Amino acid sequence: MTSERKIRVLLAKPGLDGHDRGAKVVAHALKEAGMEVIYTGLHQTVPSIVKQAIQEDVDVIGLSIMSGAHIPICRKLMELVKKEKLDQTLILVGGVIPSKDIPVVKKMGIDGIFPGGTRFEVITDFIKENARK
Amino acid sequence: MGVATYIKDEKDAIKEVILQSGIKVKPVYTAEDLERVGFDYSKDLGDPGEFPFTRSLYPLGYRSRNWTTRQYTGFGTPEQTNERFKLMISHGQTGLNVAFDLPTQMGYDSDDPMAEGEVGRVGMAVDSLKDFEIAFKDIALDRIGSGLTINAVASVMLAMYQSVAEKFGYSKESISATPQNDILKEMVGRGAWIYPVEPAVRLVGDAIEYAMKELPRCNPVSVCGYHIRESGCTPAQEISYAFMIAFAYIDNVVARGYKAEDFVGRFSFNLNIYGNLWENVAKFRAARKLWAKLLRERYGVQKKKALFLRGIFGGGGSGLTKQQPENNIVRGAYYALTAALSGAQTTALCSFDEAYTIPTERAALLSLRTFQILMDEIGLRDTVDPLGGSYFIETLTKEMEEKILEEMEKVEKVGGMIQAVSSGYVQAEVARQAYEYEKKLQEGKVTKVGVNKYTEGVDMEVELHEYNEEWAEQQIKRLKELRRTRDNKAVNECLKALEKAARSEENVMPYLVDCCKCYATVGEMANVFRDVFGEHVEPNIF
Repeated sequence: MTSERKIRVLLAKPGLDGHDRGAKVVAHALKEAGMEVIYTGLHQTVPSIVKQAIQEDVDVIGLSIMSGAHIPICRKLMELVKKEKLDQTLILVGGVIPSKDIPVVKKMGIDGIFPGGTRFEVITDFIKENARK
Repeated sequence: MGVATYIKDEKDAIKEVILQSGIKVKPVYTAEDLERVGFDYSKDLGDPGEFPFTRSLYPLGYRSRNWTTRQYTGFGTPEQTNERFKLMISHGQTGLNVAFDLPTQMGYDSDDPMAEGEVGRVGMAVDSLKDFEIAFKDIALDRIGSGLTINAVASVMLAMYQSVAEKFGYSKESISATPQNDILKEMVGRGAWIYPVEPAVRLVGDAIEYAMKELPRCNPVSVCGYHIRESGCTPAQEISYAFMIAFAYIDNVVARGYKAEDFVGRFSFNLNIYGNLWENVAKFRAARKLWAKLLRERYGVQKKKALFLRGIFGGGGSGLTKQQPENNIVRGAYYALTAALSGAQTTALCSFDEAYTIPTERAALLSLRTFQILMDEIGLRDTVDPLGGSYFIETLTKEMEEKILEEMEKVEKVGGMIQAVSSGYVQAEVARQAYEYEKKLQEGKVTKVGVNKYTEGVDMEVELHEYNEEWAEQQIKRLKELRRTRDNKAVNECLKALEKAARSEENVMPYLVDCCKCYATVGEMANVFRDVFGEHVEPNIF
């Protein structure tokens, strides 16, 4: 930890899928772990997520994807993250991510992948260890 | 995931059982409990088929009519969906329940940039009447009823269904469609909303009013406690919120000068089953009874059939686990048993692979067989309301009724459901419950087999439904072809007339039928409403 400031997390729901139980549950858990959470709400495009991440000056972007479209969405996000030089931002993905897709998504440069049912402390510890490095 | 909280002593004996709705279960129930809760056979139960319908809507229950099985089906292109429909019907399924892909549900055409990566993924892609002509080819639309799982553009899809039926030569009076058309629950749960609350509820009302006059066998709204429960609320809240939502729609149509009696009989409900067996059975029995009583008290409804809580009680996806997926086959069987013991009219199950993705053919058939085994082998059709009269079930049914009324009162206090959804009150309540439950699960206070207990061993890979990107290309090709070959002048005129109706207070349904019949696309019709109504903004609950 290099600063007193709370870790700021943008939780985002990209794409058209509206299943947000997981995102909201994680939002509660991160808040309880002392982080500041900005929730984008539903139906966000990747450019709008990146724009909000820059505006809100967040340390972490967390995507929640349940529709099965995680590969195209992550690909798009990472292109834009590179373009905007957000290499300091920790990028996480959660939701319905089949195990065979985990290496594919990792290779794109996503830092952490947390399929549904991951214990809260696994996510919060990972963020605390890796954010702002 | 919906299990009760158990407090145990050091020897693993159960000291206390607390159901999710907050009711404590006693170790033994006797006649004294019935007295304690003021149970009265004629007031609280009545014979099956008699007011207040606690026991059943029908005097002979499943003896006179087996339940309708309606697995949620649809993926890829209309051609593939048509094949799967026919397969399920050939195996004895008696109704359809159409799954649409997300672009269709959100009112985007398949070639819209917002649709990228999603065309045909979680349901069938529908751009125009052309697609319905393929999807419903060779299906007897006067005999097979269809649930249409769509909400924000449900009015469009109901118009499309009427159009395809008429094109095939069926009269609009003979068809039976049940568009989900419950936008308020989308704003609480499932999230497929487009327009702001007020105009969105007006569109629901337009469909109800139109169906009352033109589509006598259609059920213009299916009020879904189901998805709110999936999002985390308790079983009692599921019923309370569904009823409060239904009242919002009834009020909208009553305000147009109609009597509830004349349309509420075509309302249907979509309710959820997972978690504790007894709590669910009591929930459904209490719900049937309360619905009939409340319709009488609030709206003066007298006609017997208009008081029926009809609908689909389906096995919920949230009960299923990704861990040890074959356990979900067993869970599904128990959920189906719960549905049967509750007197469900129509049922469906999430298949065992649905914790991952939409079901394979094998998994969908297995769900259908689960129902058939219950009804044809195990004896669930033998007698009506087999648990009726049980000291436990009758006491619990009374207690559930009280809980449901308590939760309804809370929503009344914030000004009714439209207000409760606009302010985010319900969303915040549901999200908080979901978090509390997840914490309990992680702390081991509630048990989920294969997740936080008995986790050893059998984590096997299941064969999964694969998405094929070529489906999107095919769909987009057909759409482009359509735009080139249809009468675009007629389309523009119809869309203009639709816009005019949307801006006035006129019912938009006849204009949507005109649009569908000249092959306007779902995106074009949805965009007319986007221009007129704008888009919903979620209240911030964090």
